[in-house]
Amino acid sequence: MKRPAAIDTTSKKILRKRTISDILLVGQPNVGKSVLFSRLTGVRTIASNYPGTTVTYTSGRMRFAQETYKVLDAPGTYSLEPLDESARAAVDLIDDAKRIINVVDATHLERHLPLTMELLAQKKVMVVALNMSDEARHKGIRIDAGKLSERLGVPVVPTAARSGEGIKELIHSLHSLPVPKEEEKDESSHPGHHPHIPDYSQRDIDRGHVHLNRDKIWQRVGEIVGEVQSLHHHHHTLSQRLGEMSVHPVWGSLFAVFVLALSFSLIRLIGEFLIGGGIGILGEPWLELPFGTEFLFEAVFKPLLKKLSLLLGEEGFLHKMLIGTLIDGDIDFMQSFGILTSGLFIPLAAVLPYIISFYLVLSLLEDSGYLPRLAVFLDNIMHRIGLHGYAIIPSLLGLGCNVPGVMATRILESRQQRFITATLISIAVPCAALQAMIIGLVGDHGPWAVIFIYGMLFITWLIIGLILRFTSRGFRPELLIEIPPYRIPSFRALISKMWMRILGFLREALPVVIAAVFIVNILYQLKAFEYMADFTAPVITSLWGMPKESIVPLLVGILRKDVAVGMFAPLELNIKQLITGCVVLSMFFPCIATFVVLFRELGLKYGLKSMAVMLIAVTLVGTALNFSLSLIIP
Amino acid sequence: MEKLLTELKPGETGKIIALRGGRRMQERLRSLGMMEGNHIRKLSNLVWSGPVIVLVDRAQVAIGFGMARRIIVLTNGNNKT
Repeated sequence: MKRPAAIDTTSKKILRKRTISDILLVGQPNVGKSVLFSRLTGVRTIASNYPGTTVTYTSGRMRFAQETYKVLDAPGTYSLEPLDESARAAVDLIDDAKRIINVVDATHLERHLPLTMELLAQKKVMVVALNMSDEARHKGIRIDAGKLSERLGVPVVPTAARSGEGIKELIHSLHSLPVPKEEEKDESSHPGHHPHIPDYSQRDIDRGHVHLNRDKIWQRVGEIVGEVQSLHHHHHTLSQRLGEMSVHPVWGSLFAVFVLALSFSLIRLIGEFLIGGGIGILGEPWLELPFGTEFLFEAVFKPLLKKLSLLLGEEGFLHKMLIGTLIDGDIDFMQSFGILTSGLFIPLAAVLPYIISFYLVLSLLEDSGYLPRLAVFLDNIMHRIGLHGYAIIPSLLGLGCNVPGVMATRILESRQQRFITATLISIAVPCAALQAMIIGLVGDHGPWAVIFIYGMLFITWLIIGLILRFTSRGFRPELLIEIPPYRIPSFRALISKMWMRILGFLREALPVVIAAVFIVNILYQLKAFEYMADFTAPVITSLWGMPKESIVPLLVGILRKDVAVGMFAPLELNIKQLITGCVVLSMFFPCIATFVVLFRELGLKYGLKSMAVMLIAVTLVGTALNFSLSLIIP
Repeated sequence: MEKLLTELKPGETGKIIALRGGRRMQERLRSLGMMEGNHIRKLSNLVWSGPVIVLVDRAQVAIGFGMARRIIVLTNGNNKT
């Protein structure tokens, strides 16, 4: 087995890109570093109630007493000997940090102090933030911060990042820390270190590497915790009881099914309500209100566009670009395909409502702490396709947008796992924008068609996973995760996180959608697609049973999947072609943003492998669908 | 009575007395509270050799089946036979 990067990494340091920070937040996963970071800098970050939300660092600035500090929020790590990609990034950041805030969980002091000890052994200038002290008090845990500070030899400040308690005191104690001089190598001259902190880095020499003597650390932590912490009897809280019930084999499984069904229904309910004012989950809505993005476009925006259309003379190059083609003398937001019609309607009216509803539900699941429990329940199924349960978290994120999904695979430990999970996300996990358009377009034919598409993608996901499991080598680590307690999501944090994600969508989607509409219109004018359609017809028409012009939406899918689905609308596909088209489009090349991230995360070799898997899979699935659907639907 | 963690019944409690496996494996288990001397309560085990869920140090931890077999627990059960 390859030995992990140990404490002594001087030779590696030269090769690394250095990121120097004035203040670095270091701590184990899920102690609330990101919430604390937002409190210090005012920079919004995505924080959730499960380990591994932050996979790369976030940078921000904090001003205090006429000084500006560069503050970095590092991913969580259990130890300075990292186990996964995101923890490795944290360890690199620690090497180059001037001051450290070591965030520890006051409710589990004994588990968090070993990392503190490792940091102390590295002679870091640091403050310990005893976070979640409100929760600790509530659970009957009392910690003598003064005594702890004495024992550790560094300041200890009780904080509760969620409510803002202790933040001021933390900043003050940071300010009073000694400023480390550059390239100071004389370790004993660091103030803030008491001589009674033993040097743990001595000397457990193991195959030439210097390791910390772990047993001594655990022993010392045990002593300290015994001295500073006292436990008081407390009753079982409701959240604890709920926590135990939801991991019960029977009740827990039922609960998982219930939560998933409820989540999907809620996403659909809220999404459809925001689009058309309709209230209903399957099929025709039970009630329709004059409300929603579609209403806004049809009733308010369309009359304006019609005036513009008349002004432009209803045809010509500029009309084609801005308004597009008139369908039966009228603007059709799905089919006209101009920058101001489909170019705005698709991202703002058809997709945005689903982005809002998806992230609202996802944020609730994230912040309540249910996601890791779901991961545990799905571990069995996931293990059979060569993944462990935790891979469900990147996959669920992928249902919102493939880009953060692929990035979140960093929380997985082995390269093989990252490869399988990222490949599966990019092929068989449709993003919210794509789903919204599929529901919008195919939903007219009845809910079963939409459910069929989801089912096909799920089966594809399962089969590719199984095949990859048996064809790619590598070690499959077992599940080992801490299940965080249930917490009631904070409204403020929820809104802030939603806002960030929605803004992110608008910033990334709007320009690309408009560019896609523009480029496609130009290419149509140049008749470039006609040659291409003849060239790809053997696959598209003979194997997939689609009209040869469908190559255009498939290619546009490389830019944006939502726009591509919209382009199926004018092709007048039958239900069979529509289903095949949507499945093929979901699988055929990830959108450009996902493509870039996939190659960055996996490297060239594995990225190409992933693409090869995709091309084989899409050809086979498209063909299988075409011929089997011909048997069912005449 | 000494048992593997996987052999405990849901609801049964005990004290961890030993960890098997390599140094890194042991470190990972310890950093989540699976320390020699700690009290542990098994909450649940999932079907088909799924993960074992325990309560240790007032926190829930899910452990893969293979890993759970490396944790040796002394149950304070009255072993009558």
